[in-house]
Amino acid sequence: MANKRLGRGVAVVGAGMSNFGGFPGKSGRDLFVEAFIAMRGSVNKGLDPTDIEAFYLGNYSSDLFEGQGHNAPLLADWVGLTPRPAVRIEDACASSGVALRQGIMAVASGLYDIVLVGGVEKMSDLPIEDVTDALATAGDVLYEIPAGFTFPGFYAAMATAYMDRYGATPDSFMSVGIKNHDNGALNPQAQFGSRIADIMTAKIKKAESKGYPVPTWDSEMAFLHDDRANPMIAWPMRLFDCSPVSDGAAAILLASEEVAHSLTDAPLHIIGSGQASDAALHARPELTTIGAARWAGRQAYAMAGINPADVKVAEVHDCFTLAEIIATEDLGFFAPGEGYIAAEEGLTSLFGPRPINSSGGLKSKGHPVGASGAGQVVEIWKQLHGAAGERQLPGQLDLGLTHNVGGTGQTCVVHIFERR
Amino acid sequence: MSDRAFTHDSFQHYLEEHQLMGARCQNCATLYLPPRPLCPNCYNEQLAWEALSGQGVLAAFTAIHIGPRSMITAGYDRKNPYCSGIVRLAEGPSISAQILGLDVVTPEKNQIGSPLRVIYLERDQGEEKQTILAFEVQ
Repeated sequence: MANKRLGRGVAVVGAGMSNFGGFPGKSGRDLFVEAFIAMRGSVNKGLDPTDIEAFYLGNYSSDLFEGQGHNAPLLADWVGLTPRPAVRIEDACASSGVALRQGIMAVASGLYDIVLVGGVEKMSDLPIEDVTDALATAGDVLYEIPAGFTFPGFYAAMATAYMDRYGATPDSFMSVGIKNHDNGALNPQAQFGSRIADIMTAKIKKAESKGYPVPTWDSEMAFLHDDRANPMIAWPMRLFDCSPVSDGAAAILLASEEVAHSLTDAPLHIIGSGQASDAALHARPELTTIGAARWAGRQAYAMAGINPADVKVAEVHDCFTLAEIIATEDLGFFAPGEGYIAAEEGLTSLFGPRPINSSGGLKSKGHPVGASGAGQVVEIWKQLHGAAGERQLPGQLDLGLTHNVGGTGQTCVVHIFERR
Repeated sequence: MSDRAFTHDSFQHYLEEHQLMGARCQNCATLYLPPRPLCPNCYNEQLAWEALSGQGVLAAFTAIHIGPRSMITAGYDRKNPYCSGIVRLAEGPSISAQILGLDVVTPEKNQIGSPLRVIYLERDQGEEKQTILAFEVQ
């Protein structure tokens, strides 16, 4: 495939998110307004919202989750953008990563100088059975769902293929959950602001105060092996291997490089963008990798003219712990079959040579599915601006990457950002 | 040979007749399961129904404790988990299916590569029954 380039340079000039979590009484619209306000606050030379020319919204299914279709113009109205064009983009959990790419292409085309990209999902109003069924519609409802598959089930099946091929164990996956909870505990906007160890301590204290039998876990792994504390969802994926049901929104402001410096001192230049599609999971030749991620990554690296080793900070799509391990291999950070060893050895922690998901990832920060891709960009924005607080990575951070997957890998979109 | 359209509806009708039917491209000879009306390999529109042996091996699996509503209706829950998996058929294509005969209590004992054969389940869906493609360990 030829090395395609954008028609002109595009930069992120602002990024912000609502808190991610469960927020009864707040609609997706309310959360998006919070994200928009946070984004506006990050544009350090000030934003006149009337300068925004178009709006690209990533949203998986407000229809199923909130009973609300056609939400892009509604959100545009709530942040004062009408009558500008407002477009909703649906590619399952990759919706706002794809919306970002659409926004980038709109600016690169020369049609617009400033566009808003958003992502939103409000999932927690539904009972869990309905959430499971709503998410399942991102699979093949004719041939996968009648087989009994759920989303945890798909990734669990990939995990069995991965364990069989490379020798990983359920503990390998748990090490990713522990790390992402450690990171999320340092992110005040994360759904789970606590380490696994903190959750253990809280449960022990609760048992003591209520006079229940006090659990005797001697380590985070012991807690994660406990069927009561960490119930099986789809073997080998347990509760703490799965991202949660979440509400949340994120907003990103894009500008052409010509006008970017009129909005901010420190734009993030989008130097790589790639996207790919693939068939249902069973139709793929290999189950231990996501082909669309490899394709999207190759496109993005080629456009950027960089190698995986050049990336300083990466947010990858850890909808399940196994997915983070596969992502780190698909993106070329580790060789196939070595991602789980890297996770077990701590190479992907905040203190390791290849930090992954400093935000806490979808696992701990939360996974409001249509907002997750845009939320990843918010973390890259913060890290590359030295604004990530307690979880700030050290050193001169110039290159960041986001990797956002839809379904089981029917969609993947990868972006690379540069602070110059 | 059958003149049934290459649709999910036809595939489901065959399942009700306890036949596992794929579609073979008459130009490039690629075999598809499930059937399709257009060959995505060579873009040819001439396909023909072909019966599959129903023999295959287990490529991936999971023991699901929290299933979709359709499986809850069929009687599965945390106390009665079930296995779903991906089956590589002897003829080449792969398909998702419920897998019977695997160990749901100690799933680590199950072996990728185990030989499987097709079975047809009559799954209770409330008032109605539906024929479901499934496999069992041989």
